[in-house]
Amino acid sequence: MTDVAAAQPSGPLLEVADLSTHFETSRGLVRAVDGVSLTLDRGKTLGIVGESGSGKTVLSRSIMNLLPKRGVVRSGSVRLEGNEILPLSAKEMRRYWGAQMAMIFQDPMTSLNPVMKIGKQITEAVRQHLDVTRQYANELAESLLASVRIPEPHARLKEYPHQLSGGMRQRICIAIALACGPKLLFADEPTTALDVTVQAQVLDLIAHQQAERFMAMVLVTHDLGVVAGRADEIAVMYAGRIVEHAPTGVLFANMKMPYTEALLASIPKLDEHSHTRLATIPGRPPDLVIPPPGCKFAPRCRYVQERCVQEEPPLTAGAAPGHEFRCWFPVGTPEGNEALARNEREGRVPQAAALAGHA
Amino acid sequence: MPCSIPGFVVPERRPSPRGGAPGPGTGGFGGPGAPADAIRRDEADPSSLAFEGDAGLLQVDAVAAGPEGGRRRLGQGLNVTAWVAIAWMAFIVLIAVLAKTGLVTWGDPQNSIASCASKGPFAQGGSAPGHLLGCDSIGRDMIARLALGAWESLLVSVGAITVGFVIGGGLGIIAGYFGGFVDTVLSGMFNVLLSVPAIVLALALVAFLQGSPENAANSTLPDWFVLILAIGIVSIPLVGRISRASALSWSQREFVLAARAQGAKSGRIMIRELLPNVAPAMFSIALLGIAIAIVAEGTLAILGVGVRPPTPSWGNIIALDRGLLLTSPHIVFEPSILIFLTALALNYLGDVVRTRFEVRESGI
Repeated sequence: MTDVAAAQPSGPLLEVADLSTHFETSRGLVRAVDGVSLTLDRGKTLGIVGESGSGKTVLSRSIMNLLPKRGVVRSGSVRLEGNEILPLSAKEMRRYWGAQMAMIFQDPMTSLNPVMKIGKQITEAVRQHLDVTRQYANELAESLLASVRIPEPHARLKEYPHQLSGGMRQRICIAIALACGPKLLFADEPTTALDVTVQAQVLDLIAHQQAERFMAMVLVTHDLGVVAGRADEIAVMYAGRIVEHAPTGVLFANMKMPYTEALLASIPKLDEHSHTRLATIPGRPPDLVIPPPGCKFAPRCRYVQERCVQEEPPLTAGAAPGHEFRCWFPVGTPEGNEALARNEREGRVPQAAALAGHA
Repeated sequence: MPCSIPGFVVPERRPSPRGGAPGPGTGGFGGPGAPADAIRRDEADPSSLAFEGDAGLLQVDAVAAGPEGGRRRLGQGLNVTAWVAIAWMAFIVLIAVLAKTGLVTWGDPQNSIASCASKGPFAQGGSAPGHLLGCDSIGRDMIARLALGAWESLLVSVGAITVGFVIGGGLGIIAGYFGGFVDTVLSGMFNVLLSVPAIVLALALVAFLQGSPENAANSTLPDWFVLILAIGIVSIPLVGRISRASALSWSQREFVLAARAQGAKSGRIMIRELLPNVAPAMFSIALLGIAIAIVAEGTLAILGVGVRPPTPSWGNIIALDRGLLLTSPHIVFEPSILIFLTALALNYLGDVVRTRFEVRESGI
C-alpha cells in the first residue's frame, strides 16, 4: 500500500479509461456503461449526474468491481493509484474493498443487516483489514460514531438498526464506509431515501469527513442541486455515456449539452409561482439494447437536426480547461442557437415529444 | 421546565407545543394539572420532536430504545396456548431426562409382572392395580416405559433434525448465496433425495447402516445413532430447500453487497450476514421437523426398524402391541396420545416462532 503510494505520489488516484459494462440478457446486450473515461485526483469530488437508467450506479459499481460475475462483460481499464484493478478477481479485490475504496449505498434501510448489532457491523471490516484487537476495534467504532455525530455512541454500539431513524442509519453506513480509512469513497445517491431535512446534514457530514480524511469521492445522484455546491467536477451521464464533463463552475455557467440544460431546467425554482408547471424532458431514456444510431439524446432534444440522428458526436473539448461535451449543436453557440431557431421556425419537435403529444 | 415523569426525558430547551406550561401551583406531583399534562406530553412529544431537528429526534430515540427498552423479554406477548405448549414440552423433556438418568424412577421399564399383562384402563382384562396407566402385553409398567420412551423418541427426533439442519441448512445457504453452478448441483442433489419417498429412503438407510435384521443385533452402531442418521439424511433436502430459498432472497439484499464492498469473504457473509437472517425461518421449521421426526420414528418402528426392543420408544411401544388394539387399547393409545400432543405443541410453537419473526421483519 505504502509502496504504491510512494511509487506514484503525484498521479491521479483513479483513472478510468474507456470503461464499458455490458449485461447479457435474453433480449441482447445491454450497454449500461459505454466507453466512459474519467480521472479523479486525491481529495477531489466528482459528481455523476443523470436520470434513472443512465448507468451512473452501474458505473460506480463497475469501478468498484462489485457487479455479479455472470452475464456481465466489462472492458477498458480502471486504475487505482496506477494499479489496474479491472481484471482482479473478487478474492484479489478484497484488499481494496473497504480498505482502499468504500461505498455508501442509497437506502440505509436495506444496507444494514437487520439482525446484527451496529457495533459489530462497524468492527467487522475493521477487524478483517486492520488486524486489531476486539477492544481497539470497539473503541474505533465508538469514535467513528462520534465523528459522524451520533450522540451516545457507546450505547448505540449495542443497538440494532431498527432502533434508529433513517438519518441515523445513513450515518452508521457512513461510519462503516469510513471505518478502514479508504482513499476513494463512492456515495451512490446517499440521500435519496432520506427526509429532505436530513439530506443536507448527511451531505455536509460526508463533505466534512471527506475533507478531514483527504478522501476522493464519487458522488452519484440524479439531482444537480446536490452536487452543485459539493463537487469539484461534474460528469453528466446519459445512456451509459458521459455526455458532458466539466469543473462544477464551468458546467453551471457555460453548459454545452442540451441534456444538461434540460436537467437543470427540470429543477423547480424557488422564485417561480406556485402551480408553475414543472419542466420535464419528454420521452424516456433510449433502449440500451438497440440504442439509436446517432446522438443518444437526439429523440428528446430540442436542438435536434438531421446530423444528430445519423452521426454520434464525439466527446469534444470546450473552451474552458477540462470541459468536454458530446454535441453537434452545443447550447449557447451560434450553431446551437441556429439549430434551435430553425426547429422553432419549422415547427420541428423532438421525436419523443411528438409521440407524447406535446406538439 | 423540569420534567418529573421518571424514565421519560424531555429536552428542557424545547417547550412542548401542545403541552403548555403548567400554571403556578399545578406543577409537580399531586397537582391537579400534573396527570393531564403528563399524558398530553406523552402523546405529543414524539411526533413534534421528530420534526424539530436532530437533537430532539435523538432524545426521543434514546428514550424509545434505552438499554432496557431495546431488548424484549423472551416470553413477552405469548398467549396462554403458547405457554401451555411450552409447559407441555418442558414436562416431556423433564420426564425423559429424569427417566434416562434414573434420578426419579417410575419403576423398572423392563420388569414384567405376568399378572398384570395387557391390563389397564379400558382393557378387557380389567385394570392393573398399582399401575395407573396399565401394563403392556408382557406386564411391564406403561408409565415407566412411556417415560423412557420419551427419551428415545426425543433423542432420535432432535438428533435427526440437528443433522438435517446442520447439513441441509449449510448446503442450502451455500446454494442460495453462490447460485449458478453450485446451486444447480446442490439443488439437483436435494431433488434426487426428494424424489425417493421419505419413508422408503429412511428404511433403506437404516437397512444399509444396520445391516440385515439378523445382523442388526450384532451391529456396532447403536439404534439411536442409526435412526438419527437415517431420518436426518431424509430431512436434509427438505431443510436445504427452505434455507436455500431464504438465503437466496436475503443474499439479494443490499447489506450483503455492502458487506462485500467492505471486503468481507464469502464464508463470513454466509455465517455473519445470511445465517442470522435465515435462522428464524429455519428454527420454526425445526420445531415442526421434530414433530415429524417423532412420527417418522414411530412409522419406522411399525415397519420393524425403529428402536429395538427391549428399549422402549413411543414408536415401538405402539408397534409391539398393535395386535392388542381391540382388547387392550390403552397400550397403543397412550403413546399415540403423547405423540399427538407433543406434535401439536411443537407445531404450535413453530407457528409462534414464525409469526414472531415475521412481525419483527415487517417492522424494519
